[in-house]
Amino acid sequence: MTYASDVAALARKDLLLELRAKETLPSMLLFVIAALTIFHFALPNGTSDVAARGLLWAALIFTALLGLTRAFVAEREQSMFDALILTPVDRSAIWLGKAIAVLAFLVAAEIVALPAFAMFFHGLNGRTVAAVALADLGICTVGTLFGAMAVAGRARELLLPLLFLPMAIPIVVGGVGGYLWFLVLYDAIFALLSWAAFEYVVSEV
Amino acid sequence: MHLKLPALAAACTGLFGLAVVFAFFYAPADADQGLSQRIFYFHVPLALTSYACFGWGAWKALKYLRGRDERADLESYVAIHQGVIFGALTLLTGSIWARISWGVWWSWGEDELVLFLVLFLFYCAYFMLRFSVDPGPARANMSAVYALFGVVLIPVSFLAIRLSKQFIHPVVFKLQGPQMTGAQFFTFCVCLAAMLTLFATMYAIELAGKRLDCSLRELKELLS
Repeated sequence: MTYASDVAALARKDLLLELRAKETLPSMLLFVIAALTIFHFALPNGTSDVAARGLLWAALIFTALLGLTRAFVAEREQSMFDALILTPVDRSAIWLGKAIAVLAFLVAAEIVALPAFAMFFHGLNGRTVAAVALADLGICTVGTLFGAMAVAGRARELLLPLLFLPMAIPIVVGGVGGYLWFLVLYDAIFALLSWAAFEYVVSEV
Repeated sequence: MHLKLPALAAACTGLFGLAVVFAFFYAPADADQGLSQRIFYFHVPLALTSYACFGWGAWKALKYLRGRDERADLESYVAIHQGVIFGALTLLTGSIWARISWGVWWSWGEDELVLFLVLFLFYCAYFMLRFSVDPGPARANMSAVYALFGVVLIPVSFLAIRLSKQFIHPVVFKLQGPQMTGAQFFTFCVCLAAMLTLFATMYAIELAGKRLDCSLRELKELLS
């Protein structure tokens, strides 16, 4: 088994689980549409594009948070962590597989959310879509690592937003401003760090 | 260890006395801001000390991950605890300074203040993480990883805040050297030394207390 096939098998497991149980993705979809509707009423009439775009980012971060909170719940509830750690794969493959699965959910939610945003508000430009794609990478890599930390704690659902939101501030700055190079930098730094650090987070659980 | 702590405390008291005297009587008043500029001698050393705490905490975290030495875990925790205290004081003094010189308690245009808000939020979550996981190697590992993320987040956040900034902040340190007179710079250095010694003293006190707590708990477990 190579590293790539390990990762593919782990990601496939999560996607298959979601396909059968349909727990995470429908709630993410409903949440993002409901959030955009709320934002429509929260903004006064004739608001600028910039303000609306800022709210898109808030909606996306919170939707991602919803998916990340669910990411390790199955492992925790069924005590699957021990089994995963005992399997002869590199621990970082567990992280990468999970991050890919979360990314797939998030992208699926955005495929609905972005056109909905364009319809509800003032349309989209290519730069925003590119920024969303880059931000997704950063959100999923860091979020998966912090999700693994949060499930070990007593107040799981409460802990992840507290850990993750300060980390997401630079993503929002890069996204709202459309600084694509900054998002690439963020993704590269924190993906590498998460990849290296995941082993320590799960090895003693 | 027995001699180090009193010596540190004495040095800290002496330096702090000197710092207060220098900041209020020796350093010349700022032509533009007058008396209120003197808070600079405490605000900036507080901020720098706070960075030093977070850096020290991350260094100890790295040491823990390499050697699995439980003492390094405790040291990392104590350093970050001190860093949050200094960070909160930075926010407070910065806010007071902003009120006096710009007339607002909070200014999103000031990089340092916003950065400290982000760091404050981030490191407060460190305590939430630490206290929601049972003590043991798993908790030590997670705390260490989180502390390392924090120290990487500092420059990244700083860059992000620079990108999003709106108006001008007085830049004191430039590439050509500090934009201060000699007396001001000297006072600043004394204040910074005082603040760093304060950190070292408080760090040593808290660490001694925590270690005592640990050994007491071990003794209790042995007796029961």
